[in-house]
Amino acid sequence: MKALLVAIAMLIAAPALADSSLPPAYWAYRQLPNASQEARAQRLMAELRCLVCQGQSIADSDAELAADMRDLVRRRIADGEQPAAIRAWLIERYGTWISYRPTAEPATWPLWLAPIALLAIGLLLLRKRIRTRARP
Amino acid sequence: MSRAVRFAPLALLLLVIAGLVWRLSTPADTNVRSRLAGKPVPAFNLAAPLPGKPAFSSRDLAMGRPRLVNIFASWCVPCITEVKVLKQLQSRGVAIDGIAIRDRAGDIAAFLARNGDPYARIGSDEQSALQIALGSSGVPESFVVDGRGIIRYQHIGAVEAADVPLILSQLEQAR
Repeated sequence: MKALLVAIAMLIAAPALADSSLPPAYWAYRQLPNASQEARAQRLMAELRCLVCQGQSIADSDAELAADMRDLVRRRIADGEQPAAIRAWLIERYGTWISYRPTAEPATWPLWLAPIALLAIGLLLLRKRIRTRARP
Repeated sequence: MSRAVRFAPLALLLLVIAGLVWRLSTPADTNVRSRLAGKPVPAFNLAAPLPGKPAFSSRDLAMGRPRLVNIFASWCVPCITEVKVLKQLQSRGVAIDGIAIRDRAGDIAAFLARNGDPYARIGSDEQSALQIALGSSGVPESFVVDGRGIIRYQHIGAVEAADVPLILSQLEQAR
């Protein structure tokens, strides 16, 4: 009975919307009129991580904070700022976490070294194979 | 093939499973902390959304006394309970300033009338520009800023009743 009442109450309850009632920022869902600037903004936005939907880029996310960040990126690129400078400005605030582009800091060394190590192991195995084949 | 090599894939599989079990039982911290702790608050100058309340700028933060800067919004559900705890902090002598994220004047006024108003100053941040400049990743969040305008502590999420001693000690350390 109690479970049924709870179920009915949940059907009636309206979900609380955790979003503001303000319209999105001007450049959040608008492309820059200058195509090359827009392309640069797109490339940067695809590599910036959304703080709300972690795992999505701000180009993909519909979160309000991501929309405000797209507005920030497009505004700054329209003002002539370099994408690398905008990325650095954000990293200063959120750490390398905010950027999808891997850096060369020690934590990422395994990432860079793994392909080389795997290739070396593969070559070693191959050499061993060829040697055993050659010996009848 | 030697025995050891034959069991290597199984050992590898067990290692991967152990890793998965460990991460599922103790999930990683998904909070993104601001890197500005220990650094000065970026310069800002926000407009006052409410007529009876002074506007909020970075100059108000380097006045010799530590202050609590609270990022809030009328549309934020945890902020409703948080603002009551902030009211308690205010009654214990804590100076609190508010940054209203993506909000309307009427909504802020109604929110404060309903839940209490702990803020000395309120600034309106309509496009989260200051929020991003502070390295904040959500609403609500609070920063302890010392008397020289340096960020000393960031509190992610609502300040709850259990967090009062923590906030008071952070403010004391910032003195």
